[in-house]
Amino acid sequence: MNIFQVAYKNLLRRKTRTLFTIAGIMLSTWVLVTLLGFNRGYEQSLNENIEGMGFQIVLTAKGCPYEAATLMLKGGTGLRYMPEALVRDVAGRAEVAAATEMLMHAEFDPNKGENGGTIVYLGIDPQTYPALKPYLQFNQGEWFDTDSAAEVVLGYEAAELEQREAGDAMLLPGSEQEFKVRGVLKRTGTQDDGMIFLPLKSAQNIFHKTGQLTMLGLRLKQDVDQTAFEEELYTLPDVQVVSMAQVKNTILSLVASAKVIVLSIAFIAFLIAMFGVLNTVLMSVFERFQEIGILKSLGALPKDVFQMILIETTLLCALGSLAGIILACLFSGFSEMAIRYLLPFAPNGSLIIIGWPTLLFAFSSITLVGLAGGVYPSLRAAAIRPLDSIRSAE
Amino acid sequence: MPFIAAKNLTKIYTRGAEKIHALQQASFAIERGEIIAVTGASGSGKTTLVNVLGCLDNPTSGSLTVDGKIIFRDKLKLSETDLTKIRRSIFGYVFQKFFLLPTLTVKENILLPAVFQPGLRANAARLTEILQMLGLDKRANHLPGQLSGGEMQRTAIARALINNPSVLIADEPTGNLDSRRSAEIKNLLLELNQKQKLTIILVTHNPELAKIGSQTLELKDGIIQ
Ligand SMILES: Nc1ncnc2c1ncn2[C@@H]1O[C@H](COP(=O)(O)OP(=O)(O)OP(=O)(O)O)[C@@H](O)[C@H]1O
Ligand SMILES: [Mg+2]
Repeated sequence: MNIFQVAYKNLLRRKTRTLFTIAGIMLSTWVLVTLLGFNRGYEQSLNENIEGMGFQIVLTAKGCPYEAATLMLKGGTGLRYMPEALVRDVAGRAEVAAATEMLMHAEFDPNKGENGGTIVYLGIDPQTYPALKPYLQFNQGEWFDTDSAAEVVLGYEAAELEQREAGDAMLLPGSEQEFKVRGVLKRTGTQDDGMIFLPLKSAQNIFHKTGQLTMLGLRLKQDVDQTAFEEELYTLPDVQVVSMAQVKNTILSLVASAKVIVLSIAFIAFLIAMFGVLNTVLMSVFERFQEIGILKSLGALPKDVFQMILIETTLLCALGSLAGIILACLFSGFSEMAIRYLLPFAPNGSLIIIGWPTLLFAFSSITLVGLAGGVYPSLRAAAIRPLDSIRSAE
Repeated sequence: MPFIAAKNLTKIYTRGAEKIHALQQASFAIERGEIIAVTGASGSGKTTLVNVLGCLDNPTSGSLTVDGKIIFRDKLKLSETDLTKIRRSIFGYVFQKFFLLPTLTVKENILLPAVFQPGLRANAARLTEILQMLGLDKRANHLPGQLSGGEMQRTAIARALINNPSVLIADEPTGNLDSRRSAEIKNLLLELNQKQKLTIILVTHNPELAKIGSQTLELKDGIIQ
C-alpha cells in the first residue's frame, strides 16, 4: 500500500460528492475548451473566407463601407452600380496582376426555404474569374466558354435547392430564354455555394444592366505596395475601395468586444473550477480532521499529509478536465450551432477549432488552477495536530 | 541513563479562565523491556501522561528524555516534524478508541504506519507474521465495520506493532472487551514483552491486567501517588 492508494480510497468514500466535483471541473473545462476553440476557429474561418474571395481589393460603387463588406461576404442587397469604362481604367493599371468584372443580382424567391429567401446571381467573365478562384472545382461539368452564353454554373447548395444537374435547363427571372446548367461546383464552405453563376453579358442583358458592374475584383502584382495602391484608388470619385485586409479588420474589431466577453467567461470558468475544488477538498479535510490526526500520530509528517490531500485534488482535477475535454470534442458541433445562432455575423467553415495545443492548455491550466484551490485545504490538513483530533473524539 | 526519564513533568490545560492541572510534577524512570501500568480514576490524568511520554503532546514544563534524546527541557521543544520522527521510530500506539480508518481493510489499516516510513515499506512477511500472531489472518480483507470489538482492538494492536516499535503505548487496551478477550490480550502483551523485549506502557482500570506491570504509576488528580 502507498499514499496514492490511501488518497484514492478517500475519494471513493464520498462517491456522490466526488462525482459532483468532477462534473463541475468537467463543465468548466468544457466551457474553456469551447471558448478557446471558438477564439481560434472564428478568426481562422474568417481568414479562409476572405482568402476565398480570391481578390485582395474589390471596387464597388460608392456606398456605406459596411454594406459593401456584407455585400461581398453574404451576397447582399442594396446593390449599386458603376460604369464599365471607369472600371476598365483601373483594371489596366500596371500594378494589377489580374482583374475580373462582376455583376451581382439578388432576387427574392418565395419558394426558397420555408419563408422564401434571396437567390444571388453573379455575372462573371469566364476568361478571368476562374483564374482568380482556382479553388472552385466542379462536381459535374465545367465553366461556360463565352461571356454571353445562355448557360449557368450552380454552387453546391444552389444546385441542391434548384434540384438541377449538369445538362438540365432552367429559367432565370427576367428572361424568356431557358438557360442550360453547364456545371455544378463542389462544396467550398464559402458564400459561393449558394450562388448561381452566369456569363457577365447574359447577366447584364437579362437584369437590364448593360454596361454596368457591381464589383471589380483585383489581384495585385507580387511586389506592389498594397496600401499605397489603395490610397491611389481612394482618389477616384464614385467608387468604393474595399480592401479585404480592411474587411477582415473591420469584422475582427466588431467581434473584439465579443472576445473580451468570451475571455471573461473563460476566466470565470477558471474561478468556478478553483472554488469548487477548494470547497470540496476543504470539506473533506474538516470531515477527516480526526483521521488525519490519527495518520499523523501513526507517523505521517506534515508533508505526507499535504501530499496526500494534494494527490486527491490532482486526481479530481485531472479526471474532471479529461472528461471536460472529451465532452467539448463530442459536442463541438452543437456548440457551433449555438454560437452561429447567437452571433450577428459568422463566417462559413468551422467556428470552433479544437487543436492539441488548446486541449493541452485547457487540461493543464484547469488542473493547475484546481491544484491551487487544493493548496489551502492541504495546508490546513498538514497543520492538524495529532492530539487535537484524538481529543475531539473522546 | 534510563531508557525513558521524566522529571517534574507538568501539563496544565487552560479552558477559558480555568486552569486544569492534568499532570503535576511527575518524575520517574523506565528501563528497556519493562512493563509500566498506569492506573487511576477517570480524569486522573492517565491519558495526559502517556500522550506526553509518547511525544504526542508537549508538557507545560518539566523534562523528558527518550533513548538519550532530549524531547523537552524547560522551554526547549522539538518541532512537529522532529517529534513525528521520534514517534515513528520508537513508539507504537493503541488508542483508547481504536481509531481504525473505516475505508481501509484490516490489512490496510495495519500497514498504515508503514506507508509513511521511508525504508520500511510494507513487508509482506512481517504482515503475515503479525496477522497470525493476533489471529487476524481470516479477517485481513474485512473492513473495520465488519469486525467485533475484540477484533478491532487486535487490529489496533497489530497496527501499533507493524513497524517493530521499541515502546508500545496502550491506552485501555481491554476497556472494551469481556474477561475472556481481556485475558487473551494480557497474554499477548506478556508474550511480546518476554519474546521481543518490548517496553510496554499500559493504561488500565483492570486490576488483573495492572498486575503484569513491573512498575505501577498510580495517578490521582494528576499526581503520582
Ligand atoms: N484538551 C484538554 N483541554 C482541557 N482539559 C483537558 C484536556 N484533555 C484533558 N483534560 C482534562 O484533564 C484531566 C485529565 O484528563 P485525562 O484524559 O488525562 O484523564 P484519564 O485519566 O485518561 O481519564 P479516563 O480514564 O476517563 O480516560 C481531565 O480533568 C480532563 O477533563
Ligand atoms: Mg484516558
